[in-house]
Amino acid sequence: MMEAQILQFLQSSLGSSWPVVAPVWPAIWALLKIVCVLVPVVVAVAYLPYFERKVIAYMHVRIGPNRVGPAGLLQPIADALKLVFKEVITPSRANKALYFTGPILALAPALLAWAVVPFDDGLVIADIDAGVLFLLAASSLGIYGIIIAGWASNSKYAFLGAMRAGAQMISYEIAMGMALVTVLMISGSLNLGDIVESQGQGRFADMGLAFLSWNWLPLLPMFLVYLIAGVAETNRAPFDVVEGESEIVAGHMVEYSGMSFALFFLAEYANMILISALVAIFFLGGWLSPVGFLPDGIVWLLLKISFVLFLFLWFRASFPRYRYDQIMRLGWKVFIPLCMVWILVVGIWMMSPFNVWD
Amino acid sequence: MEFTTFTFYVFGAILLFAALRVITAKNPVHAALYLVLAFFAGAGLWMLLQAEFLAIMLVMVYVGAVMVLFLFVVMMLDIDLARLRSRFWSYLPLGATIGILMVVMMAMVLGGRYFGVDALPGQTLPPGHSNTKELGRLLYTEYVYPFELASVILLVGIIAAVMLTLRKRKDTKYLDPSRQVARKREESVRLVSMPAEKEETETPTERGSQ
Repeated sequence: MMEAQILQFLQSSLGSSWPVVAPVWPAIWALLKIVCVLVPVVVAVAYLPYFERKVIAYMHVRIGPNRVGPAGLLQPIADALKLVFKEVITPSRANKALYFTGPILALAPALLAWAVVPFDDGLVIADIDAGVLFLLAASSLGIYGIIIAGWASNSKYAFLGAMRAGAQMISYEIAMGMALVTVLMISGSLNLGDIVESQGQGRFADMGLAFLSWNWLPLLPMFLVYLIAGVAETNRAPFDVVEGESEIVAGHMVEYSGMSFALFFLAEYANMILISALVAIFFLGGWLSPVGFLPDGIVWLLLKISFVLFLFLWFRASFPRYRYDQIMRLGWKVFIPLCMVWILVVGIWMMSPFNVWD
Repeated sequence: MEFTTFTFYVFGAILLFAALRVITAKNPVHAALYLVLAFFAGAGLWMLLQAEFLAIMLVMVYVGAVMVLFLFVVMMLDIDLARLRSRFWSYLPLGATIGILMVVMMAMVLGGRYFGVDALPGQTLPPGHSNTKELGRLLYTEYVYPFELASVILLVGIIAAVMLTLRKRKDTKYLDPSRQVARKREESVRLVSMPAEKEETETPTERGSQ
């Protein structure tokens, strides 16, 4: 709808030079859409560390950053300037090409996945049928940045960090994928838009209490598994052994400085926002409004994403770091069996007369 | 030239280049990474054939999991290139035979006109066709027994791998988190009632040094 209007406006204003633009118009339109999604994401990524510092500070009864700009709001800009102007150091005997590919490969998949994330009904860059598969594939690529960085740095600490990251991310990816299977079972679609729409119907939605018919309630164990596995997947506290300061300094990032370090930093926060968006879409009803008398809209999605992000920060302020073998135990011996049992339970539930999703 | 054709040639060229580099790269880590690139190009080609499920699965399974483990192993091994290359000539006949066989097979597919392979029915896909759904339906209805058989074989493979590498070490200190959580105060802490001060035998200076 909007594209047609813009097209009409362009055709009338460009007049005779329109045929020159016409063949490349699809590419320009796609780029515009990408910019419209990525710019807010990058701004959010810049301000998330600020909010993290603020939130954790208040939880510690401190004040947090408050020197740069009003209430410290220019702190992210100051941080970015500092990082940009720092010297980029390459360790001797590092594999140069791969050393600089690592940070790029860490950030790219985190941004790639936004292509299929719907912000509102039909407000999505690529409305594809295999959206969930695309997401899983894109998020499974994030590990390459870390492994390559760890290996190319030619440092023991970095390499150990990369090994830990690899093992941890692969383990929790399985749990995440299996938790999603139950969501797919009850929504019957791999399209993220359809998954959100399917949460807006049911007995509670008819009563005007839509938030009770979202997936988080009937799939509560899977919701928790997905959320916790998401925290582990992004290597956030309490699962941040990958960069455990007290053991292996900063893991795969130990040799990086300046902007190449900043890219890892950005990737971590971009991944956090992405996982929050996915939790909101798969389990918290996406852009749907929680109660019947309020209209649906993108505001709800943003609120839900913010809530899940707050959980991420809250976890970090509350929990001590897991020990490495217990992280592995939680992933393989607790989450995966739990997912398998719950898939069976949901399957039986759907076939039984108590099916709530019809 | 149509845009799809152009894309096909770009992906094809990348695939060929990457595959070539897999076998010519000096560093095994580079070779593994080129293999990742080859998988990507292959996935792109499948995507052009509208086999989106297969394409994404290729990326998910091979790039996202298998190659990561490959890289793990390759990165941790101390690979001596000179020793690896010394047996090049003795393995050449075997390698060449396999290579020639593959070329012959591909020639039979590509030159289908001369071998009669193109008698296979071509298919036109209706709009809104989802080959994910189609594949799922086939796998779980018509081919459910072969599918289950394959998964059982994989399961056996997993168990075999675990059994081969499992070593029970007696000197490992083993922790059971559920027991740790279930531990109660009464089991581990004993309150002993003691007088706050000792008897009058000691001098004040000694008490100060404690």
